[in-house]
Amino acid sequence: MTDAIGVEGMRKCFAEVEAVSGISFSVRQGELFGFLGPNGAGKTTTINMLTGLARPNTGSIRIGGIDCTHRPRAAQHLIGVVPDESNLYPELTGFENLCFCAALHGLGKVERQGRARELLDNFGLAQALNRKFGGYSKGMKRKLTIAAGIIHKPEILFLDEPTTGIDVASARQLRQLIADLHRGGTTIFLTTHYIEEAERLCDRIAFIVSGRIVRIDTVEHLIQPIQEKHVVQITCANTLSDIEGNLSESFPELECKTIGQRVIRVEADEPVRVGPLVRFLEDHGVEVSEARRMRPSLEDIFVRITGIEADAMRKEKEKAGSGQ
Amino acid sequence: MKLWIAFWNILVKDMRTYYLKPPNISWGLIFPLAWTSMFFIKSGSGLESILTMLPGVVAVSILFGTTSLLAVTVTFEKKNRSFERLLLAPIPLEVLMLAKTSGAILFGVANAFVPVIMALFLADLSQVVWSAFVPAVFMIAVASTFLGLFIAVAVSEVFEAQTFSNFFRFPMIFLCGLFFPIEKLPVLLKPLSYVLPLTYGADVLHGAVHGGHAMPFSLDLSLLGAFCVGLFAMSLWNIKRKWIL
Ligand SMILES: Nc1ncnc2c1ncn2[C@@H]1O[C@H](COP(=O)(O)OP(=O)(O)OP(=O)(O)O)[C@@H](O)[C@H]1O
Ligand SMILES: [Mg+2]
Repeated sequence: MTDAIGVEGMRKCFAEVEAVSGISFSVRQGELFGFLGPNGAGKTTTINMLTGLARPNTGSIRIGGIDCTHRPRAAQHLIGVVPDESNLYPELTGFENLCFCAALHGLGKVERQGRARELLDNFGLAQALNRKFGGYSKGMKRKLTIAAGIIHKPEILFLDEPTTGIDVASARQLRQLIADLHRGGTTIFLTTHYIEEAERLCDRIAFIVSGRIVRIDTVEHLIQPIQEKHVVQITCANTLSDIEGNLSESFPELECKTIGQRVIRVEADEPVRVGPLVRFLEDHGVEVSEARRMRPSLEDIFVRITGIEADAMRKEKEKAGSGQ
Repeated sequence: MKLWIAFWNILVKDMRTYYLKPPNISWGLIFPLAWTSMFFIKSGSGLESILTMLPGVVAVSILFGTTSLLAVTVTFEKKNRSFERLLLAPIPLEVLMLAKTSGAILFGVANAFVPVIMALFLADLSQVVWSAFVPAVFMIAVASTFLGLFIAVAVSEVFEAQTFSNFFRFPMIFLCGLFFPIEKLPVLLKPLSYVLPLTYGADVLHGAVHGGHAMPFSLDLSLLGAFCVGLFAMSLWNIKRKWIL
């Protein structure tokens, strides 16, 4: 079976910025592949190259067995794309937008109107069918953009941060929908900066940082090395200063790390005894407000591999999102 | 069949969203009307002069009607990223761009007939060789649309497209023999006339309306055709080079 996506040494530079630096990976047919990374990591640039909106400087691309290296738009009939920003026509209604997108893929009139109605229903937009896209709320726009990307039932779907900027309920609904498409056999390439989302949905995940893939593996394999670890997270009321060294000296069996200014993460191979830790901290003038046992998650792995704080990544993203 | 569905829907969408909007329709009508009246009144030499003015007015109406629209259908859509949608569709770039331009071509042809209809009431058009006039109108519409496309693709802002196209449009009014014969131009400017497509279109129009043309119709139309092919090819090349980054 040929891979749905095959990328070899793909590199992309913009003037002096190297957005993607020679990455290689493949996505199997029917797989849900996650591309996880912080702002500016090169996720969108990668999608653009895979979907024919950009040309790599070097490297090769195969989509659905078709060599797209020199003909970037050769596999357009196989793919569906949901871009990071809604790019439908503001002056058309939701229904017209969907019909138009279906027509671009050659669907006949009856079929496209049927599909458009079905999708508007599925996405809870039936009420807004005849309203202009320009007047939709941000979440509604996002949903319609996703509907437009799947209206022609593509074999391979590219989703660029599908759940950014929409409310919790809609995001959950969307994840359900993505899972359904996956179950139905669609190959999905998903970029996200929500680690839990990637963990929950994806078969395999690539971590991308500054244009480089630092790790690709299945979720189970990624989590395995810390599955047996015991993790405690301690939140302090006052600002920490240089407590890390003191802790390591007094508790050599624990691996302690401060995160930001008020959080200490403790990892150990044996269950962590919280009492002595808290007492030690309070003796050193640190006021503990909370100590919590944590289930090791993909987030820990991400932090470990990339050195990037997941919380920071999320906040930065939300700031950028609300600024738009 | 699939390609045809895509082509037709792109054309219809552009017509509905851009061309058949009241402002555009009225603009499309008023503009040629204004040109027509201005020239007919200004010439002041009575109604006979209508036949000598008509070719120029027709050409100007087409030129302005078509080039203005491409700034919207192409530059604007590129700017707000909806053009990416078209690039993501399984349609060859040639077909895609023909679909994006055919609306403007039709609009240009429609614009051309506004002054013609006005002239019908004011002058005797029985001498007009329609078999040359109509193909010329069509070819001028295609050439000016592709000129507009070339400009629209070369820039990234709508206002740039407008400014840049004026840079071409206004000199063309004077250099292409629309209202003043090319022979009367200063020697230094004459070569310029012959690198502008409108020169050849205007020559056919003059010939068809009142018999004063410099070159055979077939040569004029072939040269105009060559300009169309060249401008279209250059625009596609530019899109591939600049938009598929
Ligand atoms: N058209 C462009 N011109 C110049 N630089 C670009 C262009 N597109 C992307 N870049 C640069 O390439 C790098 C990667 O950008 P990209 O948009 O792929 O990141 P991303 O992972 O999608 O980030 P985000 O999470 O913010 O969407 C960034 O440094 C960006 O500034
Ligand atoms: Mg992005």
